[in-house]
Amino acid sequence: MRVALFLTCVNDTLYPDTGRAVVRLLRRLGVDVDFPMAQTCCGQAHYNTGYRHEAEPLARRFGEVFADYEAIVTPSGSCGAMVRELYPRLGERARAEGRGDTLERVLAPVVPKTYELTEFLVDVLEVTDVGAYYPHTVTYHPTCHGLRGLGLGDRPRRLLQAVRGLDLVELPGADECCGFGGTFAVKNPDVSAAMGADKVRNAESTGAEVLCAGDNSCLMHLGGTMSRLRTRMRPVHIAEILASTEEDPAA
Amino acid sequence: MSTTDLGMPGLPPPGRPEFPPFPEAAHDAVRDERLRGNLRHATHTIRAKRARAVAEVSDWAELREAGRRIKDHALRHLDRYLVRVEEAVTAAGGTVHWAADAEEANRIVAGLVKATGEREVVKVKSMATQEIGLNEALEAEGIRAYETDLAELIVQLGKDRPSHILVPAIHRNRGEIRDIFRSEMSEWGRPAPADLTDTPAELAEAARLHLREKFLRAKVGISGANFVVAETGTLVVVESEGNGRMCLTLPETLISVVGIEKIVPTWRDLEVFLQTLPRSSTAERMNPYTSMWTGTTDGDGPRVFHLVLLDNGRTDTLADEVGRQALRCIRCSACLNVCPVYERAGGHAYGSVYPGPIGAILSPQLRGTRSAIDASLPYASSLCGACYEVCPVAIDIPEVLVHLRERVAQGGEVTRGGNRVVLRPARGHGAERVAMRAARWAFGHPGALRGGQRLAARVRRFRPRTLPGPGRAWTGTRDLPALPAEPFRDWWQRTHGGEEEEK
Ligand code: SF4
Repeated sequence: MRVALFLTCVNDTLYPDTGRAVVRLLRRLGVDVDFPMAQTCCGQAHYNTGYRHEAEPLARRFGEVFADYEAIVTPSGSCGAMVRELYPRLGERARAEGRGDTLERVLAPVVPKTYELTEFLVDVLEVTDVGAYYPHTVTYHPTCHGLRGLGLGDRPRRLLQAVRGLDLVELPGADECCGFGGTFAVKNPDVSAAMGADKVRNAESTGAEVLCAGDNSCLMHLGGTMSRLRTRMRPVHIAEILASTEEDPAA
Repeated sequence: MSTTDLGMPGLPPPGRPEFPPFPEAAHDAVRDERLRGNLRHATHTIRAKRARAVAEVSDWAELREAGRRIKDHALRHLDRYLVRVEEAVTAAGGTVHWAADAEEANRIVAGLVKATGEREVVKVKSMATQEIGLNEALEAEGIRAYETDLAELIVQLGKDRPSHILVPAIHRNRGEIRDIFRSEMSEWGRPAPADLTDTPAELAEAARLHLREKFLRAKVGISGANFVVAETGTLVVVESEGNGRMCLTLPETLISVVGIEKIVPTWRDLEVFLQTLPRSSTAERMNPYTSMWTGTTDGDGPRVFHLVLLDNGRTDTLADEVGRQALRCIRCSACLNVCPVYERAGGHAYGSVYPGPIGAILSPQLRGTRSAIDASLPYASSLCGACYEVCPVAIDIPEVLVHLRERVAQGGEVTRGGNRVVLRPARGHGAERVAMRAARWAFGHPGALRGGQRLAARVRRFRPRTLPGPGRAWTGTRDLPALPAEPFRDWWQRTHGGEEEEK
């Protein structure tokens, strides 16, 4: 199976370790993974901030770059939801506005074959034990677009529960938003910070060393809050936990 | 073309000509420990109860879908159903009035009250009359309106603004309520007992005695309605306290002010909403009081009935393909109770009688996006989707929020006062627009993106704790992430997809 990694612009620029972890993990599971160099950004920030027309060329680029792959895997619930939930809407609106069906046609093929990482593992590869080893206490925050947008359900938890050495502890108020919300974080900084601080306090109350999530944007906000609040926890993307093995452990 | 200026729901805080934009109002609210505590406690309690009440119903998803369809159908054929309502209400002995905006509605109601010769009215809790500022308009005409819903009474006595659709005094705790009762009740009628404590039973009893003399004296009642059944012209009010039943049956004249979107075609349709509304709003399987009336009946209830059908921006909202779904709202307030932003910012920050997620999509549509508060409301959300998930009529609130952001940031065609007009982008979005366009350009040219990434990698040792300008909004409470030595794409190319490293 020819699988493309859609890393997302945020991960590419700020979190290359997450990208390396996805590559390592998928290869270990026998997947032939490629990183098409022409990929950039799915256009989510543009779309959600009210710049739908600026998001359109980015969506079209996504459709063209990934057209020939059998599956597209992304370690981001929100970018995954952008493609799966909002790309169809983008195409529809463009047509309704009398701008033809080109966008719709370019986007249609990539929408159903785009998977968030944990979905790809559980639904396509049908594995929950990925052979990982991670001897730490971990609490898991399900990010909003993964939880409510993509409906990831208990897939991430099942994957984490199968990791050897990992002690998974329940996060109180897990379903509540962390307060990142893209440009919300800077347009409504007070509310965003209050939500982030509450999430961090809840995470701390579990006694876990690691706060795990499937979206580095949320973790950037929570990690920045944690270090400012001087908590001893650290944020780790789920891909890095699942990629970690006894021979090659993650930090 | 002045509908945007009319019908300002609620009033700005004292001493302010206009509501401040949402982030400014929220800035103070998140620091108010008592408010945060009151709201956290109240919303978390009702949130959990609602979840249990909904989980009991095996066909909830179907009920939600049915509710969505019924409302969409009624809105699609609203012209027809409105005429049907007028015919049915008239045939049953009522009189129907049409109000295009708040001013007209207030004028009609004030005129009707004056014609009775009365100087006071009792009110059932109603969002529509709040929206048009009816109490204030009546006061200007020398008519006193007494709120009879417990929470609404607390707001009125405290000279406060409502902060929640269902529990307008949710921002108050019991101690504050006791203080308000003790100091204010005597101004309005029967005073509270001097030794009143803050136990719920004593507070309720004080309110009951205070209100009873009003019910028994009042000749005019004013209400809204949760539903209007088109086939028979029947109005429906759903409530928990029983004060509504008193206001709807004891007075001689009843005036109901109802938004035109409250129509459902048939009695059968009520089957859906009388299941979804109570469970979504108070987490009750069934609300204690459901009052229904059709025109007037000899020897039973009010002898005179007036229905004022209110537009006030609704027809304009209906003209918008994405935004019109907001008119499906049955005002259950489930979206407020789950909203993490509402919980922290409080209802007053929304600058409208409609707070929370529904307010953030309704106010900028009913009032337009011209004022600072209305232009800021579409951004008052992290788009977490919790509101959409609980909404019993499946309003995709995040979708409408993003749609309205587009309207604010980019301008475009909207309907105002029945006319198509082209809005210019709101002020203050110029820099953002340039940044978005630049980012789109860079993302369209991977070479440029890479140049930027490499530049960032080179200066990565310079990691400021605080940023100037708009960046301060991030670094005020959060550290910046460390920049990596190289972006992923450079590593991929350098190591041939990691093959080199693995050896
Ligand atoms: S938008 Fe939906 S959840 Fe919110 S008050 Fe209206 S019906 Fe209830």
